[in-house]
Amino acid sequence: MSEENNREQGDAPVPDPKSEPVAEPQAELPAVEQPQAETPIANIPAAEQQQAEQPVAETPPPARRVETDEEKAARRKASLEAREAAKAAAAQAAGLAAQAGTEGRAVAKASGDSDGEGGGEEAPPREPSPNQPRLDRVAAILRELVSEDAVEEAYINEPNDHLPTLVVKNEFWLKSAELFRNHEELSCSYLRNVSGVDYETHMEVVYYPLNMDTRHCYCLKVRTSRDQPTVSSVTPIWETANWNEREIYDLLGIDFPGHPDLRRIMMPDDWVGHPLRKDYVPLDPEV
Amino acid sequence: MIRTEELLLNVGPQHPSTHGVFRIVVKLDGEVITEATPVMGYLHRGTEKLAENLNFTQIIPYTDRMDYVSAMTNNYVLCHAVEKMMGLEIPERAEFMRLIVMEMQRVASHLVWWGTYLLDIGAISPFLYAFSDRERILGMFNELCGARLTYNYMRVGGVKWDAPEGWIEKVKTFVKDMHYRLDEYHNLVSGNEIFLSRIKGIGKYDAKTAIDYGLSGANLRCTGVQWDLRKAEPYSLYDRFEFDVPVGKNGDCFDRYELRMEEIVQSLRILEQALEQFPGDGETMGKVPRVIRPPAGEIYVRIESPRGEIGCHIVSKGKAEPYRLKFRRPSFVNLQILPKLLVGESMTNLVTILGGIDIVLGEVDC
Amino acid sequence: MQHFWDQPLSWGNAGIFIASAVGILAVVIIFVTYAIYFERKFIGWMQFRKGPNRTGPLGLLQTVADVSKLLLKEDTIPKKADRGLFILAPALAFVPSFAVLAFIPYTLELQFADLNVGFLYYVALSGITTIAIVVAGWASNNKYSLLGGMRSAAQMISYEVPLVMSVVGVVMMSGSLNLREIVISQSGYFWHWNFIPQILGFGIFLIAAVSELNRTPFDLPEAESELVAGYHVEYSGFRFAFFMLTEYIYVYAIACLTTILFLGGWNSPIPQLDFVPGLLWFFLKFAVIVFSLFWIRATFPRLRVDQLMGMAWKVLLPLAILNIFLTAVGIEIMG
Repeated sequence: MSEENNREQGDAPVPDPKSEPVAEPQAELPAVEQPQAETPIANIPAAEQQQAEQPVAETPPPARRVETDEEKAARRKASLEAREAAKAAAAQAAGLAAQAGTEGRAVAKASGDSDGEGGGEEAPPREPSPNQPRLDRVAAILRELVSEDAVEEAYINEPNDHLPTLVVKNEFWLKSAELFRNHEELSCSYLRNVSGVDYETHMEVVYYPLNMDTRHCYCLKVRTSRDQPTVSSVTPIWETANWNEREIYDLLGIDFPGHPDLRRIMMPDDWVGHPLRKDYVPLDPEV
Repeated sequence: MIRTEELLLNVGPQHPSTHGVFRIVVKLDGEVITEATPVMGYLHRGTEKLAENLNFTQIIPYTDRMDYVSAMTNNYVLCHAVEKMMGLEIPERAEFMRLIVMEMQRVASHLVWWGTYLLDIGAISPFLYAFSDRERILGMFNELCGARLTYNYMRVGGVKWDAPEGWIEKVKTFVKDMHYRLDEYHNLVSGNEIFLSRIKGIGKYDAKTAIDYGLSGANLRCTGVQWDLRKAEPYSLYDRFEFDVPVGKNGDCFDRYELRMEEIVQSLRILEQALEQFPGDGETMGKVPRVIRPPAGEIYVRIESPRGEIGCHIVSKGKAEPYRLKFRRPSFVNLQILPKLLVGESMTNLVTILGGIDIVLGEVDC
Repeated sequence: MQHFWDQPLSWGNAGIFIASAVGILAVVIIFVTYAIYFERKFIGWMQFRKGPNRTGPLGLLQTVADVSKLLLKEDTIPKKADRGLFILAPALAFVPSFAVLAFIPYTLELQFADLNVGFLYYVALSGITTIAIVVAGWASNNKYSLLGGMRSAAQMISYEVPLVMSVVGVVMMSGSLNLREIVISQSGYFWHWNFIPQILGFGIFLIAAVSELNRTPFDLPEAESELVAGYHVEYSGFRFAFFMLTEYIYVYAIACLTTILFLGGWNSPIPQLDFVPGLLWFFLKFAVIVFSLFWIRATFPRLRVDQLMGMAWKVLLPLAILNIFLTAVGIEIMG
C-alpha cells in the first residue's frame, strides 16, 4: 500500500516540470538534421534561441521545486538543488543574460566545429543522402504492401552512417516486420538490436534489422502510447527479439502481445515499476 | 516399466561453471536435460539507468564493468558512438593506441575463454598457462593506464594516456612470444582425444538458426557465416590492415574452439601490422569541447567485441547526459540460444555448451 | 609376520597385531600427507607455479595444517539429510580402504596377511567403498550429491570388471592369486616382469585403476565443473577428511598392486643393482606409479559419462578378454 502511495505521489510531480521541454524536441524530431545542414553561422542564433527558451521553460520549476521540497526535502540531493538554484538565479537575474549568451555561443561554437567537418562540405545545396533512394524504396514497399499509411515518417539519420530510419505505425508493425524479414528485396534476416525509449510523450521501440548479404541496415521505430504501451512482438519473426523484448518489458513496461514468455528478465519477479521509465520513482530514494 | 520422476536441478547462481552468477533451471530425466530455463539478473546493476544521470565521460567506467573481460572494446563502443554523433576527428596516434589495446584485449579475452573452457571440461593446467599469458597483457595495460581489469582508458576524442617509453617494444616482444605459446597450447590440448570427443558435434546449430537467434562473433562464424564487423562494416583503422576472418563449417563447440584460437592468431597479425605502422609522435587526444554535449539525435554504432557485436544506442537531447543509452550486449543475445541447445543433452554437455557460447555475466545482466 | 597367524591368540600376539595396525596406519597417513603435498607441488611445477611453500620449510607442513583445519572444523550435518547414513558413509568408505592394505607384500618377508585369494580380497573390499559413496550421495539429500553418487556407482562397478579381467592373464601366468606368489613368479630382472608379456593387460589395468580411483580423467563422480563436488558436496570437516583419506589410501593400494602384479614387486630391474634392498625397489616403483597419476591429472581433460561407460564395456572389456585368450594361447605354445 505504501508503495502504491509512493508511486502515485511520485508519478504526479515528476513528469510535470519535464513535460514542457519535451514538447520541443518532439516538434524538432523531423527537423533533427536541419541544424546540422545549416551553416555554422546559422547555428549560433538557433542555439541562442534555445538558450533563451530554456530560462522561460525553467521559470516554473523553481516555484514547483519549493513545493516538492517541502513535501520530501530528504529526497532532494544537495547537488541537484544547488544546480537548480544556480539555474534559477541565472534566469532571474537580467544582468546575467549576456553571460548566458556567451555560454550559448561557446556551446554553439563547439557544435559548429564538429559540423564544420562533417556537415560543412555538403552544407549549401544539401546533397541528398546516398541512402535516400533506399529509404524511398522501402517506404514505397511498405506503403504498397502493408498499408498506405503504414509509414509515419521516413528520414535519413545522417550522423549514423546515413541510416534509413522509418517510423512505422503501431497497428501495421507486425505486418511490416514480416515484410522486412520475408520480402526478397529487403530480406533482413538478422535483427541487430531492439531497444526501447521513453520519450515522456510516448514510448518508442527501435529495431535495427539487417540484411547480411547486401549489408543494408535499417532503423525501424514503432511508437506507442505511454499509458498502455503495446507493440506487437516480433519474436515469431526474429527469435532474437525474445529476450530483448522481455528486457524492454521489464525496464520500460511495454507490453508485447504475441510474445511466448513475457516475464521480467533483469529485475526480480516481484519488482514494482519499470526502472527505465522517466516517471519511475525508486523504491528507496536514498539509493 | 519403472516409474521415474524428473529431477529439477538449479544450476547456479553459485556454480563453478556458470562463469558468474547465472542460473539455469534444468529438468533432468536421469542425466538427460528435458527442459532448461535460464534465469539471470543477479548481476544487474542498472547501468543504463545510471547512465541517464551521468555525463558521457562518467559513463566510461561503467562500461568497463559490463564485459569485464574485455573492457577496452566496451570503452571504445561508447566513445565511438559519441564521437560519431559529434563528428569529432580522432588523432591518428590515438586511434592506433585504441586499436592496439583492443586487439590485445581480444587476445586476453580469448585466453581467458580458452583457460576457463578447458577448466569446464576438466583440464586444470591450461587455465594457468592461459592466465600467465594474459597476465602479461594485463601488466602492459597496467603500465598504460594504471588498472588491470577496469581500465577507463579511452575518452571521447582520444585516449587518456599515451604509451609510456618502451611500451610498444614490449607489445612487440609479447606478440612474438605469443605465437610460440599458441603452438604449445595446440600441442597440449587441441589434439587431445578426450578433449575432441568432448566437444566435437556438441551444441550444433546451423547458419539459419544462428542468424535467427541474432548470434554474433565466433558463435555465428562457426556456422560458416563470414561476418566480422571489422571486415563487414569497418570501423577504427581496421580497413588498413590485412587479416582473415576464419569461419567454421559444422557449428559445433569444436568449431567455436578452433575459431577463437584462430582469432588470436589474426589479432596478433593485426597487432604486428599496427605496431609496425604506429606513428612515432602525435596527439593522443583530439580537440574536444570541455563539456561533451552530443547534438540532439539518435545513433546506433556497433563494433566487434571478442564475444560478438557490441552495440551502443544513444538517444541524445543535446544535453551532457544521454537521454537514453542502450547497449546491445553480445553475451546477452548469444545466450538466448542456450535453452534450445540444451534439450536432450546430458549434464556434462551443459557445461560444454554453456562454456562454448562464451558469456560474461557482467555483460548479460548489464 | 606370517607365523603369528599360526599361533594361538594371546595378549602378546594381540598387542603385536594392534601395534602393527597402528604402525601401518601411521605409514599410510604419512604417505597421504606427503602424497597430497607432492601432488600439489608437482602439479604446481607443471603449471609454472610454486605450489605450497608457506607452511613449514618448503611448505612441508601444508597438508598437516590443512588436515588439522579439517579436524577442528565444525561438524555440519544438513537438516534434511538422512542423519544415520550421513554419519555412516565416511566410515563405511574408509574401513575397507584401510583393510585392503593388510595383504600387500612389500618384500618377501614383510607382509601382514598372506591370503591365497589376495587379489580377489582387494576387489571384494573395495566394492564396499562404492556402496559408501552411493550412501553418501543419497544421504546428503542434495541433487548434485545424488547425481555424483549414481555416477560413481555406475562407474566403479563398470570398471571393476575390466580391472579384474585384466589381472586374469597375470594369474594364469603365475598360477596363483596369492600376491606373494605372483611376485615370486616374476623373480629375476625387468625382462621377467609381467608387464612385458602382459602389456595389454597392464594398459587395461592402469586405465581401469585410474577410473576406480575416481581421478582425472575419470573424476566424474566429483566433476567439479558440473556437479560442484559430487557425492561429498555436503560433507565438511573431518567427515570430508575421511573421504579424502579414503581416496588417497586407494591410490596407495593401487600403486602397490600395480607394482606387485606387473612391475615385479621388490625385484631389482638389472643384475648390477641387486645390492639395493628390495623394499627400496618396491618404494621406487610405487613412487613412479603415484607420480604418473599426478601427471595424468595435470594433463588430461575429463571424459563424459556416456563415453566413460562406452569405454569400459566396449573397449576395455573386449580387450581384457582378448588378453586372456592370447595369454592362454601363449601359455599353450610356450609351455
